[in-house]
Amino acid sequence: MNYQWNWSIFMQPTVVGDTTYLGWMFAGLQMTLMLSLSAWVIALLLGAVVGVLRTVPNKLLSGLATAYVELFRNIPLLVQLFIWYFVMPELVPQSLGDAYKQSHPVLQQFLAAMVCLALFTSARVAEQVRSGINSLPRGQKNAGLALGFTLPQVYRHVLLPMAFRLIMPPLTSEFLNIFKNSAVCSTIGLLELAAQGRQLVDYTAQPYESFIAVTVAYVAINVVVMTLMKKLEDKVRVPGYMGGK
Amino acid sequence: MVYEFDWSSIPGALPILWDGMAVSLEITLIAIVVGIVWGTLLAMMRLSSIKPLSLFAAGYVNLFRAIPLVMVLLWFFLIVPRFIADLFGLPPNTDLRLASAMIGFALFESAYYSEIIRAGIQSVPKGQMAACQALGMTYGQAMRLVILPQAFRNMVPLLLTQAIILFQDTSLVYVSALADFFGAAYKVGDRDGRLVELLLFAGLVYFVLCFAASMLVKHLQKKYQPA
Repeated sequence: MNYQWNWSIFMQPTVVGDTTYLGWMFAGLQMTLMLSLSAWVIALLLGAVVGVLRTVPNKLLSGLATAYVELFRNIPLLVQLFIWYFVMPELVPQSLGDAYKQSHPVLQQFLAAMVCLALFTSARVAEQVRSGINSLPRGQKNAGLALGFTLPQVYRHVLLPMAFRLIMPPLTSEFLNIFKNSAVCSTIGLLELAAQGRQLVDYTAQPYESFIAVTVAYVAINVVVMTLMKKLEDKVRVPGYMGGK
Repeated sequence: MVYEFDWSSIPGALPILWDGMAVSLEITLIAIVVGIVWGTLLAMMRLSSIKPLSLFAAGYVNLFRAIPLVMVLLWFFLIVPRFIADLFGLPPNTDLRLASAMIGFALFESAYYSEIIRAGIQSVPKGQMAACQALGMTYGQAMRLVILPQAFRNMVPLLLTQAIILFQDTSLVYVSALADFFGAAYKVGDRDGRLVELLLFAGLVYFVLCFAASMLVKHLQKKYQPA
């Protein structure tokens, strides 16, 4: 095999001359992080609400929440992304659709990607929140009600604080997933890490270096997130429960 | 103004879409078979007392689980075929890309299957292995005749759920230009200027299939749950 390895390629200015190839990679990394983190915040909030609704006694509310979860869980992420990006702007009221289409292309891609990842992940978070609430002994809810709490108060002061501590490990894996899933957004042209990797292959003609660098970046994100979440998990772990102290 | 739907390009495109669905199902089936066979081997390696084997399996599984599927597909679509062609001095027009993408997909899903199977093997009480050895069985016999049959029975719901996820994942072969169901729907929509209808149709088809399958899994789970 006569491949010429050339790792210094990353230090060379790009053909466009805006920065170095390493600069492109960091721009991609930044986009991946921004996209994943903003989508995660929305997913966590929305997932908590939907997860709670799935456990409430009101049949209508829990039915709607179930429908929400099933809808987002049974359509592939890529299809959802294309629907957000290509279909939604046509179906919303025209003034909104036009405003969207006239905005900056990168903003369009980012918004579609963020909403898509956020809703997709929120359905998964909701399932974890629901299983966390259901895993609590029924006596906790009844004790809360017996003490004169209203149902929303029981959720806020009794059930949710416990449930969130119990579901930290599965939430960590959903958090890791959102970074990996964000790579799907390269398909609508958003220049995140995976897309920059492809671009590096095209421009540098050093395919191995480009892909190794991008792959290492993903592994690094994974390791960093896992390490931080492990610290958090240790901190909030409930003594006496599975994996507790 | 409300968007005016025009579904007329779908009936004529059904043969193309059906061919695409056949490709999706084919990839799903291959990946499930490879995933379960290779995943079982990986799980056994990971649990083995031979250090190099368990290290290799742990490295393999953790690496594939840390990388997005899109990246794995791009590796196997863009980089690996070039590497193989260079290595064996194949003529440059040999097109390995599709086969390569398919192998990449199966290798990726194996990592997820192996974790399910490992948990399944570990769910069988340790005493069973000890009993097998006391009866004079070899390790291979014990695994094949006693441990794995029980492990797989415990794992059936998880394996099926993973199969549904895998089927959804096949849509990502879009990045490797394999014409699966989603790729076909996109192509038709793009050709006829009816992307809105075709994408919604694709979403509906995936939803109906995956929802029905997940209901079936739930039903089976209830039926066969140990009392």
